[in-house]
Amino acid sequence: MITDETIAKIALLAKLELSETEREQAKQDMRKMLGYIDLMNELDTAETEPMSHVFSAENVFREDVVVNGDMREEMLANAQLVKDGMFVVPQTFEG
Amino acid sequence: MDILQYTAVELAECIRHRKIGTVEALEAVWQRIDAEEAKWNCYITVEREKALKRAATLQRRIEAGEQIGPFAGVPFAVKDNLCTKGIRTTCGSRMLEQFVPTYSAAAVERLEAAGAVIIGKTNMDEFAMGSTTETSYFGVTHNPCDPACVPGGSSGGSAAAVAAGECFAALGTDTGGSVRQPASHCGVVGLKPTYGTVSRYGLVSYASSMDQIGPLGRDVRDCAAILDVIAGRDDRDATSVDRGEQTGFKAALRQDVEGMRIGVPADYFTEGLQPGVRKAVQDAAEVFRANGAVVEYFDLGLTQYVVPAYYTIAAAEASSNLERFDGIKYGYRAQDIGTLHALYQKTRSEGFGAEVKRRILLGTFVLSTGYYDAYYLKAQRVRTRIRRAFDEAFANYDVLLGPVAPTTAPRLGESLSDPLQMYLQDIYTISANLTGMPAISVPCGTDEKGLPVGLQLMGDRLAEGTLLRAAYTYEQAVKTERERNVSDKERG
Amino acid sequence: MANVYETVIGLEVHVELATQTKIFCGCSTAFGGAPNTHTCPVCTGMPGTLPVLNRQVVEHAIAVGLATNCSIAAHCRFDRKNYFYPDNPQNYQISQLYQPICRDGYVEIDVQTPEGDRRDAAETDNRKRVRIHEIHMEEDAGKLIHDGESGRSLVDYNRAGVPLIEIVSEPDMRSAEEVIAYLEKLRTTIQYLGASDCKLQEGSMRADVNLSVREVGVQTLGTRTEMKNLNSFHAIRNAIAGERERQIRLLEAGEQVVQETRRWDDAKGVSYSMRSKEDAQDYRYFPEPDLAPLHIDDTWIAQIRARQPELREARMERYQRTYALPMYDIRLLTDSKQLSDLFEETVACGAQPKKVSNWLMGEALRLLRERDMDPEEICFTPEHLAALIGLVEQKEITNTVAKEVFAVMFTQGVDPRRYVEENGLKTLQDADALRRVAAQVLADNPQSVADYRNGKEKAISFLVGQTMKAMKGQADPLKVREILQSML
Repeated sequence: MITDETIAKIALLAKLELSETEREQAKQDMRKMLGYIDLMNELDTAETEPMSHVFSAENVFREDVVVNGDMREEMLANAQLVKDGMFVVPQTFEG
Repeated sequence: MDILQYTAVELAECIRHRKIGTVEALEAVWQRIDAEEAKWNCYITVEREKALKRAATLQRRIEAGEQIGPFAGVPFAVKDNLCTKGIRTTCGSRMLEQFVPTYSAAAVERLEAAGAVIIGKTNMDEFAMGSTTETSYFGVTHNPCDPACVPGGSSGGSAAAVAAGECFAALGTDTGGSVRQPASHCGVVGLKPTYGTVSRYGLVSYASSMDQIGPLGRDVRDCAAILDVIAGRDDRDATSVDRGEQTGFKAALRQDVEGMRIGVPADYFTEGLQPGVRKAVQDAAEVFRANGAVVEYFDLGLTQYVVPAYYTIAAAEASSNLERFDGIKYGYRAQDIGTLHALYQKTRSEGFGAEVKRRILLGTFVLSTGYYDAYYLKAQRVRTRIRRAFDEAFANYDVLLGPVAPTTAPRLGESLSDPLQMYLQDIYTISANLTGMPAISVPCGTDEKGLPVGLQLMGDRLAEGTLLRAAYTYEQAVKTERERNVSDKERG
Repeated sequence: MANVYETVIGLEVHVELATQTKIFCGCSTAFGGAPNTHTCPVCTGMPGTLPVLNRQVVEHAIAVGLATNCSIAAHCRFDRKNYFYPDNPQNYQISQLYQPICRDGYVEIDVQTPEGDRRDAAETDNRKRVRIHEIHMEEDAGKLIHDGESGRSLVDYNRAGVPLIEIVSEPDMRSAEEVIAYLEKLRTTIQYLGASDCKLQEGSMRADVNLSVREVGVQTLGTRTEMKNLNSFHAIRNAIAGERERQIRLLEAGEQVVQETRRWDDAKGVSYSMRSKEDAQDYRYFPEPDLAPLHIDDTWIAQIRARQPELREARMERYQRTYALPMYDIRLLTDSKQLSDLFEETVACGAQPKKVSNWLMGEALRLLRERDMDPEEICFTPEHLAALIGLVEQKEITNTVAKEVFAVMFTQGVDPRRYVEENGLKTLQDADALRRVAAQVLADNPQSVADYRNGKEKAISFLVGQTMKAMKGQADPLKVREILQSML
């Protein structure tokens, strides 16, 4: 079920760094929560379609017309690090 | 009469007839905020100068005879997960402590177009994850009905601000009860519209398939009038619905429930329900009966599966929605360090609080390989079943009636230690989010401790008209009753 | 004894769709803007913003699906693919996993014998069907630029949100030749549809190669790897050869092929594993709650089918019928829609089809190859090419001059009549003038004159050449020969 490895893998996927205590806490929380969520298994839903959207609307489109101009300064305004009109990140690839 | 006693609709009327000036109304709110905000902590950000400038401009336009809008000059508060152009929008999180959007939420734009003056951004549980407003990075908000209690959440700041007279009305957001439950705990009215009625553009997503913006006000009329303003199809939100002729919610406010069929889910009145809440809600049901409605208790079913399904889906969507907070484009960025991976990890670990991390981890897990079917998909199937149960209920009833929450406002510090217990408090409210139905919380008296109790009315999807009529009828009936009691006493 | 191995290849081809705007917002998709000037709150993943689907993207995807014999899903929707990477502003990509828009299609490719000369083989093709597993719609990522100065990377979101379709084939290909034939087939089909310009170099068409090897005769598939960063046919060919060898080497050494994504370095001719311990690969796909599902009914499909332009096969048949061109010409001309359109428009201006074809297949293709250009970069108009052909036909200019003029038209788009006029390139028709020049040439080359008179007939060719040279090419060489012969 929920092991230390599970928590480590999930934290890696979620990009969260957990301390020893946080990891232990997360393990307990998750076990407890999933134990409760497992209540759902009482209900036979084999014949039931899953519902990802609550509304019945389909085919909602925009037309292919350019409406935006240059908004670069606004898009960069909240970034902590900017260079040459771009967002700065640690080096991403080899070479 | 003290300006702060007016409802938003009444104040708008006075301003329109130039009995009260916009700046005067704003000053009244400032005085209250100056006197009491330190006690409640309703706001994360207050925008005095901007609000004053806008109020003055509006006053000039009103004096010039311009028709502005139904809320011209009325001071409003807005929950801090709704983007406001040029005003920082934090979501109650360290992650967005410095974030100043360059765009406003569609609901905010519509409110402003109706003449509202936005005075500040209200406190909330971090990224709307919580039921007490205690998970905010910006401190807890106290309940104006009892400062030792929480105001509820996640729109606790909005509910408290309305209750404390620190604004005339407010916008909140409701993903699992976050408008209705704090309204209930603070003794104000809170409305969650049908999913898709109010555009979500500019609402920082928590759980996209359930998030909906709703008004908090002093009475049902205020909420209906605000919904009239903020509802409407928006090209920027593909999930927003074109309600066409169905708007005009204020017009639905008739005191008439004659023959209305009201169902009361018997499953809501189990042992977990606080006796004072049970009594207040059952009394409310009797008020409907006395006013000509047909009130029936019935078995709704599936109630025990609502919380598991909701938390699975909400956590899954949240884990994905919150991935964008990585320190690069906006928001908190951890001190620059080595690798990209380290930047992501440090930023997110330092920027998010414990409850947010808890839900991100749960959501990541239920979507991960090997667990998707057993949890996420299972929850979506259960959701279909829950919706069917409600569809069947609405085949028999016009409105469903029950409590908003199992208890009145808990004391500060009581809830967070046991997250599962806290989640269970949402049992009555989250069905409306899972299924997309509209629901409203209306004050229905107090419990043994004198804390406000909320009555929840739920309507079928797109049936706000019926829902509002029921809520309004109840509110008016109770008001008449109260007034009669007062005059009886006076006659002695 | 050494084992004989078979290569099994499937392709994931990404094609950038030819739309004005991005898939989920109203930003321009135009190339070449300064970094981040084609961005908005939606495509930079600002909090609270929401995607709204571009109708044209769906219509292009349906059109490509129909042209590749796919069945179009009556119901489909988008899913989120979650992974952290800075080229992806939301840290999830909106794509389609559970219900892609098109499924179960195929294209037919011409399979050539390995040593076969292309030209000969063209007449004796074997047809092979490459099945298409699915086509789905998704958004492109932004661009990362390495900043040498700071040792960091910079992010430009101009390409983030540009619409893509991903065409996933079944593992039906067995060689680099088949892979390239398949890609060329997709490219011409999509270009004819007008759904994309499909330029490999510019990245508007990108192919990831899934490759495994197995001993001949074995039925089960080997473990495959996925190779990325293949931006030319040349790179694809090399990568296939390199990866095949690498996998065989591993197997021969008794080792296992690891299922992974590898990055091909074409300059070094090697591939690298892209795995890192920081990436637990798990995309956690789930239905995109911000977008409404799609319902594609028969009426809509019929409308798109009705709008479908003539595709290459139909055009080839029509050329055979209408212009009676050799199959070889038809193949080359229709290989590129641009070239083929140019052909038809030039013929419409009154030029003789075979002559137009000769110019396009000969000089035009030669110049394109020489200058590494795409047909759409050709500058001349159909009217100008027709005019040039007219000038030659009416013997106003010689072939030599015509080729020179063509080269100028090709890159500068000048009017050939005007250019010939302004540069005095007209063929000299004046027989007296020609005779005067010829006399001078005879006088200057007594040895050749003597040779000719002594029966060395070939010597006249040299004299014709000298005369043409003195005339700067502006003479009809037949006429020159005639005059020289009469004077000798």
